[in-house]
Amino acid sequence: MSREPRRGVGCRAQSKETEGTSHILDETGSVTTAEPTTETRTEEDLDLPWQVVVHNDPVNLMSYVTMVFQRVFGYPREKAERHMLEVHHKGHSVLWAGMREPAELYVQQLHGYLLLATLEKVS
Amino acid sequence: MEICRHNDHIEISELDPFLAELLRQIPASASSDGVPAAEQRLFSSPANRKETELCAEWKVYVEPELRRLFQSATETVAADLEQLNGNEKSLANRTLRIPAKHADAWLSALNQARLVIAAKNNFTESELGDHFRSPIGSRRDLSLFQINFYGFLQEFILRDLDG
Repeated sequence: MSREPRRGVGCRAQSKETEGTSHILDETGSVTTAEPTTETRTEEDLDLPWQVVVHNDPVNLMSYVTMVFQRVFGYPREKAERHMLEVHHKGHSVLWAGMREPAELYVQQLHGYLLLATLEKVS
Repeated sequence: MEICRHNDHIEISELDPFLAELLRQIPASASSDGVPAAEQRLFSSPANRKETELCAEWKVYVEPELRRLFQSATETVAADLEQLNGNEKSLANRTLRIPAKHADAWLSALNQARLVIAAKNNFTESELGDHFRSPIGSRRDLSLFQINFYGFLQEFILRDLDG
């Protein structure tokens, strides 16, 4: 499902330094190791993790919810069923966590299938 | 009523006038117009209400797209249901063929209808779980029967998609 362009949202006050060793695969197929780098990101660059939560709904069929989880997240049936049962028994299930933009797209897709889904900040 | 799958379509045959009429009501039943509870259910909030900016943008940018998506599905179903049009006598023992490529549209329209009917009637979870309620003695019973009948069709389409 596509979405009309809209202005970016979600800039939050946060600053973070990242350090790490990166491995680069060049055109000849050999791997080179780069020196650890220190990078300071601006607050706009960083995003807190968000989670996609699906809430229980007595109308949607269990088999339908399982199919939607398989389609939207590409989960195998067993995993999709596990999440579906968690929604059914516990009232909700966290289906995915990560950056805000893909999380929004997942929620949009889930709403397209008429599931009760929300985007929540990871606390 | 008999329902069976073929290579490229699902066939519902020997439809009696009552079930044929319930099928014909799918597009109208899927409409949430003028029913705030149904509207709220079809276009639920994407986040906690405290996320005011996100919710406001969702209303402007995402909701119209969802509306188009839902409407497109009900239009496809309405077009398929034209097979049932005709005089009342001809409704007896009619056959409806649902093309396999329309399966997703049918799943969506049936789901919309079930959700809207449930919201309109404010059914409880235990009422919705009572699949053997009979006989139909009130408008509310009929609505519950409609939800269960549409759910049965959804199950069959889902099994068909599953191969």
